[in-house]
Amino acid sequence: MLRFIPLLPFIGFLINLSLGRRLAKTASGAVACLAMFGAFVVSAWSVWTLVQMPPDSRGIVDQIAPWVESGALSIPFTLRLDPLGALMVLVVTGIGFLIHLYSTAYMHEERDSEYARYFSYLNLFASFMLVLVLGANFPVMFVGWEGVGLCSYLLIGFWFSKKSASDAGKKAFIVNRIGDFGFLLGMFIVWVQFGTLDFQGVAHAAGQLPVEAVFGTLSMATLLLFVGATGKSAQIPLYVWLPDAMEGPTPVSALIHAATMVTAGVYMIGRNAVLFSHAPETLAVVAGIGVATALMAGTIGLVQNDIKRVLAYSTVSQLGLMFVAMGVGAFAAGIFHLYTHAFFKALLFLGSGAVIHALAGEQDIRRMGGLRRELPVTYWTFLIGSLAIAGVPLLSGFFSKDEILWKAFSGGHYVVWAVAVVASLLTATYMFRLVFLTFHGERAEPRAADSSDDGRAVAPHDAHGGGAHDAHGVAAGGHHGESDGGTHLHDAPPAMAAALILLAIGSIVAGYIGVPTVIGGSNRIEAFLEPSFAVPGIEIDAAKLGSNHADARPDQASGDGHAAESPSPVAGENHAAEGQRSAAHAVEGQEPATHAASAQDHQTELTLMAFSSGIALAGIGLAAYFWLRRRDLTDRIAAAFSGLHRLLLNKYFVDQAYDAAIVQPIYRASERGLWTVVDTGMIDGTVNAVGRSVAGWSSALRLLQTGSIRAYALSMFVGVVVILGYYVWR
Amino acid sequence: MVTLDHYVMLSALLFATGTIGVFLRRSVITMLLSIEVMLNAVNLAFVAFGRSIGSADGQVMMFFVVTVAAAEAAVGLALVIALFRHRETLNPDMFTSLKW
Repeated sequence: MLRFIPLLPFIGFLINLSLGRRLAKTASGAVACLAMFGAFVVSAWSVWTLVQMPPDSRGIVDQIAPWVESGALSIPFTLRLDPLGALMVLVVTGIGFLIHLYSTAYMHEERDSEYARYFSYLNLFASFMLVLVLGANFPVMFVGWEGVGLCSYLLIGFWFSKKSASDAGKKAFIVNRIGDFGFLLGMFIVWVQFGTLDFQGVAHAAGQLPVEAVFGTLSMATLLLFVGATGKSAQIPLYVWLPDAMEGPTPVSALIHAATMVTAGVYMIGRNAVLFSHAPETLAVVAGIGVATALMAGTIGLVQNDIKRVLAYSTVSQLGLMFVAMGVGAFAAGIFHLYTHAFFKALLFLGSGAVIHALAGEQDIRRMGGLRRELPVTYWTFLIGSLAIAGVPLLSGFFSKDEILWKAFSGGHYVVWAVAVVASLLTATYMFRLVFLTFHGERAEPRAADSSDDGRAVAPHDAHGGGAHDAHGVAAGGHHGESDGGTHLHDAPPAMAAALILLAIGSIVAGYIGVPTVIGGSNRIEAFLEPSFAVPGIEIDAAKLGSNHADARPDQASGDGHAAESPSPVAGENHAAEGQRSAAHAVEGQEPATHAASAQDHQTELTLMAFSSGIALAGIGLAAYFWLRRRDLTDRIAAAFSGLHRLLLNKYFVDQAYDAAIVQPIYRASERGLWTVVDTGMIDGTVNAVGRSVAGWSSALRLLQTGSIRAYALSMFVGVVVILGYYVWR
Repeated sequence: MVTLDHYVMLSALLFATGTIGVFLRRSVITMLLSIEVMLNAVNLAFVAFGRSIGSADGQVMMFFVVTVAAAEAAVGLALVIALFRHRETLNPDMFTSLKW
């Protein structure tokens, strides 16, 4: 049954790929949306089945086929749904469907064939993403992992006739390739170490090992896997592709570069929670990178002027927070934030898309303003999304973000916590800067802002996004002609509005599955997800997966690992798992006691909760003061700290540094070394030398061909004499 | 007494004459005639050797050669006529355009 979840979008992809040119827009859009909706229904049904199972043995397995069978290496193409996967498939198919729906309106100005191409890519993406999420072992996940990278490339460069878009696509692909290389190496180490690539098998085997006190094999493997995660999830040092990825159509940014694909790294760490919690060194790196990324992206987001780029940096920042959660061992909190983030960030991107749509491709927030009257639906939904991401109490973002902050604090990671709090403050500030500049105040004259283009002059790198102002592509000039006057703007069309409203509702209520116990909830999401982060119970393992998994088990697994596979010693195995779980908790530095046990913890948690709510409101207040009341003040501050401002506007010059440190040397070495010396000199040289020597010999030999019959006769005569002479006198 | 050696020497002499004729004469027709002389030298050698070992094979072979020579003469003369129509000459050194 599980196989239909990725298969349905894949069928949609095949239909739009093969028949797309001949289908009308309504038909290809309907095919894509139906495929996604079908996948959503199947997912919901599967998750429902899953929830009916007893909590400790939740798991649905679909063994599709044996895939790689080579000696000790056995990789079946298996899909597995567990609580973690359940949350992810619902996010991918549910939000994916809404974004497909939104796209039917957003992409309406494209030609029929382009429209079908767009939807075929989108379906293909969903299919690969679902494979990634459902894959039961590393290689199957890697198939999805690479597939979504491909679709990301295709969709970023969707308007490939624009150079900046195709460059951004290439950048995303190449940067991801670096991460994927790390991921592959990590996978190899896992295979060498454990002799299996099945997630449950690896968790099982890792559970037998002691937690690494010093940097060892597990740390190396997890660190390499984390390199893969930094590529896919846009963390330092590989985050540079994500802001540029905004060249793609806005719904793509919402689906791929905010809600689903970029969270794959977080998901991957959650999927290997047991492995990672055995490598505290790596977890420290994860938390450090996460918090550094969150802070850095937040500061950049504060000064960017492209509405989508602000959101992109916001995404990077939020992903950083998720990694913080992973790094402090709060896997459930990280996944919870991933889930709520998917709602409000998709909402924000779709809202920005509606704005861009209404303004015929305008993306610069300095040329917006006062849109709240003209675009009421967009405004209100965008506001809800912003409140949610800022962490305002009672919206989804509050619960998840607060959970992360609390876990960081209670785990004793005070520095991480402090930086994360600053990042949260920045989040609230830059999001409301966006809201106020876009929707409040006075509408900037559409063209008048051109004269005050100094910001763009300061930011030369932005200039390559500058031509991208009609990111709405071919559509920019045509259909929206009537709105060019800037007097009448039309709000989101029904399909877009529906998606916005549904996501806004989601952004409000999504958090309520994880209301922390301290304020009267029961944090159901954490309890639901917990089995996915622990050593798998053997009911799932031995009974359902049967012999196939026993084969995949490593020979070097310790003796009781083998015993655990047989169904009989259930109690002993559960005991071992339990011990492991508490060991992992001990590593995280959390108090092993339950939350309810300590009233003092409750007090602290409530205080922190109030504090972070205050932070969120303070951020909004700051934004309101600076960009609503005293906009002149921001300019003065920017002028006073022009160096800092320029640094932020140019994104810490990271792109330039990478360009100088990596791209240019490779480029030069390729041009002067590989091209002129190796290729032109050696390879072409060899081939040409062969050709020239043949020509030279031929021009000498052809002189023998005189055309004179007498010469031929003579040579024949001489030849016969020589041959006869040889035989007579030898 | 005329021995096999005499026949062979005569044959060699005729063959050498023909060869020299092919290389030295400046007329295609004479060259063809020289080739006929070479063929007949070979015929003579065939017959002489056949006679010396008491076999008729040499004479049979001679008939084949004569037949082929007749055909060759027919084709060769036809070519000579065709060449002369084109170039108004029979000097073989004038027909050297069939090269690279």
